[in-house]
Amino acid sequence: MMLLSPPGIGFDTAMLIAVLLPMIGAVLLVLAGRWPNLREAVTLATAVALFITVIHLLGGYLAGEAPKLVLFDVVPGLPLAFRLEPLGVIFSLVASGLWIITSLYAIGYMRGNNEKNQTRFYACFAIALGAAMGIAFADNLLTLFIFYEVLTLSTYPLVAHKETPDARRGARIYLGILLATSIGLLLPAIIWTYAVAGTGDFQLGGILEGKIDEALLPILLGLYMFGIGKAALVPIHPWLPHAMVAPTPVSALLHAVAVVKAGVFTVLKVTVYIFGTDFLSSTDASVWLMWIAAFSIVFAGIIAMTKDNLKARLAYSTVSQLSYVTLGAMLASGYGITAGALQIMMHATAKITLFMCAGAIYVATQKTELSQMDGLGRRMPWVYGAFTVGALAIIGIPPLGGDWVKLYLVMAASDSGEKYIIYALILASLLSIGYLLPVVARGFFGNLGDRTEPAAQFNDAMPSEERIRAPRLTVIAPVITAGLCFLTLFLVGPLKELIAPLVGAH
Amino acid sequence: MMEFVMLHLPALQVVVPMLAAPICLLLMRGGLAWMLALVTAVLCFAMSLLLLQQVIETGPISYHLGGWEPPFGIEYRVDAMNAFVLVIVAATSALVLPFARRSIRAEIEPSKQALFYTVFVLCLTGLLGVTITGDAFNVFVFLEISSLATYVLVAMGARRDRRALTAGYTYLVMGTIGATFYVIGLGLLYQATGTLNMEDLAVRLQPLGDLTSVRAGFAFIMVGLALKLAMFPIHAWLPNAYTYAPSVVSIFLAATSTKVAVYVLLRFMFTVFGYDFPVVELSLSTVFLPLAVIAMFVASAVAVFQTDFKRLLAYSSVAQIGYMVLGFSMASVTGLTATMVHLFNHAAMKAVMFMVAGAVVYRVGSTAVASFAGLGRQMPWTMAAMVVGGLSLIGVPLTVGFISKWYLILGALETGDWIIAFMIVASSLIAVIYVWRIVEVAYLTPAPEGAKPVSEAPLSMLIPMWTLALVCIYFGINAELTASIGQTVAEALLNGNGVSPAVAIPEVVPATDGAMEGAAP
Amino acid sequence: MEDSQFLEFVIGRYNYWLVIVLMMVGLYVVVARGNLVKKLVGLNIFQVSVFLFYISVGKVAGGTAPIYVDDPNALYSNPLPHVLILTAIVVGVATLAVGLSLVIRIQRAYGTVEEDDIQIADAGRDASPRAGGASGSSAPTIGGSA
Repeated sequence: MMLLSPPGIGFDTAMLIAVLLPMIGAVLLVLAGRWPNLREAVTLATAVALFITVIHLLGGYLAGEAPKLVLFDVVPGLPLAFRLEPLGVIFSLVASGLWIITSLYAIGYMRGNNEKNQTRFYACFAIALGAAMGIAFADNLLTLFIFYEVLTLSTYPLVAHKETPDARRGARIYLGILLATSIGLLLPAIIWTYAVAGTGDFQLGGILEGKIDEALLPILLGLYMFGIGKAALVPIHPWLPHAMVAPTPVSALLHAVAVVKAGVFTVLKVTVYIFGTDFLSSTDASVWLMWIAAFSIVFAGIIAMTKDNLKARLAYSTVSQLSYVTLGAMLASGYGITAGALQIMMHATAKITLFMCAGAIYVATQKTELSQMDGLGRRMPWVYGAFTVGALAIIGIPPLGGDWVKLYLVMAASDSGEKYIIYALILASLLSIGYLLPVVARGFFGNLGDRTEPAAQFNDAMPSEERIRAPRLTVIAPVITAGLCFLTLFLVGPLKELIAPLVGAH
Repeated sequence: MMEFVMLHLPALQVVVPMLAAPICLLLMRGGLAWMLALVTAVLCFAMSLLLLQQVIETGPISYHLGGWEPPFGIEYRVDAMNAFVLVIVAATSALVLPFARRSIRAEIEPSKQALFYTVFVLCLTGLLGVTITGDAFNVFVFLEISSLATYVLVAMGARRDRRALTAGYTYLVMGTIGATFYVIGLGLLYQATGTLNMEDLAVRLQPLGDLTSVRAGFAFIMVGLALKLAMFPIHAWLPNAYTYAPSVVSIFLAATSTKVAVYVLLRFMFTVFGYDFPVVELSLSTVFLPLAVIAMFVASAVAVFQTDFKRLLAYSSVAQIGYMVLGFSMASVTGLTATMVHLFNHAAMKAVMFMVAGAVVYRVGSTAVASFAGLGRQMPWTMAAMVVGGLSLIGVPLTVGFISKWYLILGALETGDWIIAFMIVASSLIAVIYVWRIVEVAYLTPAPEGAKPVSEAPLSMLIPMWTLALVCIYFGINAELTASIGQTVAEALLNGNGVSPAVAIPEVVPATDGAMEGAAP
Repeated sequence: MEDSQFLEFVIGRYNYWLVIVLMMVGLYVVVARGNLVKKLVGLNIFQVSVFLFYISVGKVAGGTAPIYVDDPNALYSNPLPHVLILTAIVVGVATLAVGLSLVIRIQRAYGTVEEDDIQIADAGRDASPRAGGASGSSAPTIGGSA
């Protein structure tokens, strides 16, 4: 792959640039706040520059470079350090690539809805992306934790954006759960790891083997899994539906681009580099969490089916889908890790499509409830078309990508000898059909005048069956990501190759 | 000239503010007194930095006051621990005084402003003296100098709220009892060893082992100091004193007085007595540890329900002091490092928070949490500084608070104390509640209808505030300096390396009356 | 036999007993009396007990006051406690001065020096102020009390 390397910028500096670039962008766009077009241009320029940097790093990685950058010591003996490795490459690609699309979408959405405080919105967005890059490239637990917390704090103003009492309450729950789990569970887990292993550096094969009494492993693992609140394992998940008070671009960011992906990325990273997949499978430490993940998948899926609010439905769908990654990790098998990495990519593209469609619907019609959306598909065909693609990707219909994830999970389950998980996976697929297909079906085949209520929502002067116009950007963006859903199929192979050293080199 | 200064630096550290105080009084005008006080504070800060540098480079400094050799004469002994505390105290005063210019003009009558600065400089003298001296009775003298000054400073808040007077009075009574307990304890120790020099005491106490009078002396000294540092449950004077004192006084006290008391306690516990001393180990695990944990919880919980910002910060301080006590009661290198690091970190973060309170009082006129509504927009820099301080209190990474929490939890986990580790974490979560309440009021609540528009705090307040906020961030990102000093100190304290008599012990006949001396139980 | 040991314990250490009695009296007065001036008196008694403790400890059996006399074989009591206590007395006086001046100010502000009355007077004023930019707890300026 062509190396876009301006002379003098080594790959290690490139990692630092990737982290700092969005932060600088945030400062610049605050300065440009008074001129909206300039401000939006800064956002897009930063996003594109970030993506280029990440591609540059990908190129370097594929060429065999393994850059590592050690900055200063935060606490004596514990440095802030970055290193490039496959999972980080995947996450950073997904995040930076989708940032561009989300920014385009956000411009359309925010202007279409006439939202206030747009500068604060774009600035916090940028900082959150910078933090996501920091998480992606972190080389030790301390660095990862630092950027993890920065991500939580920078997304708080985004969740509380509308500043209504509901928004404040939702944001409070968001922050409360995430901080409580990170300070209450994750931090002790990290310090415990440092205390027994003497280091927090990520190493293939894990750093805990032989250092800790094996009876304590399930506890430590539990602290990590529940402490990584962003992975939304039941019962830590409530923050996710409560964060739906945020504007849709924020939901897209949360669910697809950065926040939850950072959570499951951390889950994978801890499993592979702190515990070590082989070490985990040799003890039985992860079995209880495996069941909790399976329960999480099914439970969230059931709840999703009961939700009338479209965003709430999608939120619970995310909880369910995220637990696929946790399940993959807790199956303590190389296939599981592959499944998790694939899911990061698949779910990101699919979910962002779904959310952007939901947002487009809201901007155009002010509707949020599913029951109001009968027949809407015929009037917003592009939006609903994209939605269908995203839905099929999540359900896992070939040729879209989701089926690969399920395939690998099944392989991981049989690899670890856990047959019953396979049943849970089947049930989960059925549930995903159950909560996603009705949206599509009612949208395309529902009857416009069936109930009096929906009719009242419509503008009197609007004749039925006429196309509804949503702001152009809010339609283009999901269509693009829907296209990406198809593209991900072709990326399965390269991704597998990318993480082969992690899953093969047990 | 420079040589003279460097040679007598320890003495000058105390003498300069001591001389400046009466001159402040003679200047009679608030503005001139302020300027002198500022110059004095900056000089003290410079001297403390020089001392710290000297100690790091060449080791502990022993200065014989008046040329009299210890243990007969008074010795000023500067090692890494007290040089560090000197810097904290002097830096706080140097940052508080620019802030004080407008704050004091608004809060204290013009005729009393020169008096205020006089007493302030006296307080500074006392605190610096306590820290730098190596003689136990000298500690008492300077402690009382600073305490008396503090009582007066607190009571000067009476112009805004008359409860400052009763707060000052209560503080006086409790503080004097504490100091007197300290003297009693010291008397018992003197009776047993015949010396007052701290290094000498350490050497002479070794062979005495388990004498009841020595144990009693230890207990009295510890209780006296615990009262001064507001350890739960004898912290009752602190909330009122911090709340009703003038803003500048709250800032200064919160950042210095309790830190100095912690320093003295550490000095006695680990240098004079030493960890191997039987009663020390016992007291740490059975008294200090449980009380520290209770302080962390109860004080944080009480802080959640406060409606006054300064009172909330006061209870938060009691909880943070609990962290410091917890650190050293673990009696491990990590634990002591945590305490030392937290001395610095807490001074920085609490000073920021109280400066925010001072700025809000200056502009809005009230310290009630409710009066913060809408300030996120009207006083953006001040509120941003408050967010930095608040995040630090919670212990979010990239702020100093995180460094302290890290060491504390690490210390607890190293000794396998799960419960303690989770309690530290749980009390941080309580801090999230009370910090976030204020953040929400400031940023997410609109200003009430018909309220006068409020402008941002003046530069003379913003600059010290933001200097401290940046300190909070910088030393949270790169804690190498503070943590390495903390670790050096911790190791020295626990390994007893600090104990070396300044001079050979002469034969001194212990003064007794008949059968009193060292009577067995 | 037992008798003389007991007697020795009580009478032989009479100075300590005196110190303890004074200390307890002083602390009791501080805690139990509601009048602010009386509290200060109790505080002083407490401090005096400590002075006596130090000085009595410094006495050498058969020693004279630590002032130079012309006898080269004179035995002196320990002068150091005397010096320390001189300092401590000064500190005590200063504390008393500050304390009493505070009491005077409290008298002017509250009209009383009884702790209970002061608490009652303060209890009624704890409502949090309205956040309309109005000044904080309405503090009556000093000297303006009834």
